[in-house]
Amino acid sequence: MAETAQSDAPAAGLHVVVSSVASDAHTWNLVYLQLVLAEAGHRVTNLGPCVPAELLVARCLTVRPDLVVLSTVNGHGVFDGTNAITALRAQPELSATPVVIGGKLGIDGSHGTAHAEPLLAAGFDAVFEDGAGTAAAFRTFLARIGTRVRT
Amino acid sequence: MSTGADFGEFVRRAAGAGTLVVQPRMGISDPARMRAGLLATRRAGVCTAGTITLDSYTRVGDHGRVRAALADGDDLNGYPIVDHPVDVTRAVLDGVLAPDFAVQVRHGSGRPQRIVAALLAAGLSATEGGPLSYCLPYGRVPVAESVRAWRESARLLGGARADGVRPHVETFGGCMMGQLCPPSLLVAISVLEGMFFARNGLDSVSLSYAQQTNPDQDREALRALRSLAAELLSDVDWHVVLYTYMGVFPRTPGGATDLLAQAARLGVRGGAARLIVKTVAEAHRIPTIDENVTALRVAGHAAARERAAIAMTPQADCPDTGIAAEARAIVTAVLDLHPSLDTALVRAVHAGLLDVPFCLHPDNPGRTGATVDADGRLRWTRIGDLPLRGLVTTGGRDVTTAASLLRSLSYVERRWDDETMERAVREPARG
Repeated sequence: MAETAQSDAPAAGLHVVVSSVASDAHTWNLVYLQLVLAEAGHRVTNLGPCVPAELLVARCLTVRPDLVVLSTVNGHGVFDGTNAITALRAQPELSATPVVIGGKLGIDGSHGTAHAEPLLAAGFDAVFEDGAGTAAAFRTFLARIGTRVRT
Repeated sequence: MSTGADFGEFVRRAAGAGTLVVQPRMGISDPARMRAGLLATRRAGVCTAGTITLDSYTRVGDHGRVRAALADGDDLNGYPIVDHPVDVTRAVLDGVLAPDFAVQVRHGSGRPQRIVAALLAAGLSATEGGPLSYCLPYGRVPVAESVRAWRESARLLGGARADGVRPHVETFGGCMMGQLCPPSLLVAISVLEGMFFARNGLDSVSLSYAQQTNPDQDREALRALRSLAAELLSDVDWHVVLYTYMGVFPRTPGGATDLLAQAARLGVRGGAARLIVKTVAEAHRIPTIDENVTALRVAGHAAARERAAIAMTPQADCPDTGIAAEARAIVTAVLDLHPSLDTALVRAVHAGLLDVPFCLHPDNPGRTGATVDADGRLRWTRIGDLPLRGLVTTGGRDVTTAASLLRSLSYVERRWDDETMERAVREPARG
């Protein structure tokens, strides 16, 4: 699957960048998110695993997405996520782009909102920590962003 | 400095005695706890090999971040062997390595030279990986660069023979993506990487295969792997290592334990010499030392029982559905590309002769697809340019959706969790 494989979608959909973070090699989460977003009518640029912050910034400056979805499950999400959002927010062109992160964010297996606070403070618009209701919360967020971008 | 057993020789002797070697996937950043984990593995009461799994910053070569984490006392998700001083790692291993206990370093790096240098300096000589298996599923290192890096690493390891040790490398080729890769491609990549190591000077290798969705299909794949290896790796010492399911794992302790025991039985019936275990914590978090020890015992005992059962009632052979023919076609097509296997591997990926379903690596062609069919077997939905024409029927259009992908990904989890829950309903807890 090429890095910029894009799904056919109605022009009305959002352009979403899906990406892992610098140290995370897991990809099933990314493959699944790409399909979910494509089926909801959005266009997806999937950057794949182990994406350093500089590469994420460079690709987002080229693609200028409506939404950036970072997904990580290796337990380093707080550190890598903070690095990524700091680098994105440092670019004036990306300072207002909606950016969210989700997955298993710490190595202690805790669920819920344990890691959300520092990530929100660092500049993420939403944090979806693995647990019951995460998928529904993400879909709700997606619908809201969709409305905001289209209007 | 203490020295451990020759890894390949140790496993071969255990296999000769009819014992499956069981091994955890353990990695702990703190040296004292890593040592405790190795000692607990050694003393588990079944035939074990030890594991030091490295953290993911070491895997991607971000040593600045590793050192910052160590300085701040932050937990990493594995043992940072490059950045802990060599004396620290030697102290971890002192009195752990023994004539009957060897330790393997597991990492996942496409550029493993520093890792290999560090493990050799610490007195270790067994590791795992491969130019495709540690590259395509895990990162962004170009395949050509990974092949160069792994050639250097294999030669670095081979150089240790001058010091009287026999280094051992296991290919991770049988585990591509953890799940949803049809068995013939797993077998082919395992054999090709085993040959890559042999041609780069290593004479002790292991070939991996990961338990998939159907035990008969897995036994057939293990048979194909052993037969291709016997033919193409006749000049090196090799054994087969089976991985307990590497995909989405059952969430219930019962389902997780049953799946592990099935892997142990498959290992025995399929002729594997070593088994990598998983724990009841797998679906939730990184397992504790105790959970790993329990898993080692469950697997070791299940294997021993299966060995005894086979002695009473010899096993029926599983049918041939074509895995061996498919794997042979892929291996042959790749070897025919170029006299140098290093070059052939790079060209094979670019030409789509090797193309891993669902793999997002920029070099992977992405023209293949796979699914779990109605009777729980993995099958191709698209073969792209794989040299499998005439051998595989894909049965029409590939219609992978988010829902169908999730069903395939969670097939094993649901099967084993459902069975556990049904059993709980049928047999309510007594007392």
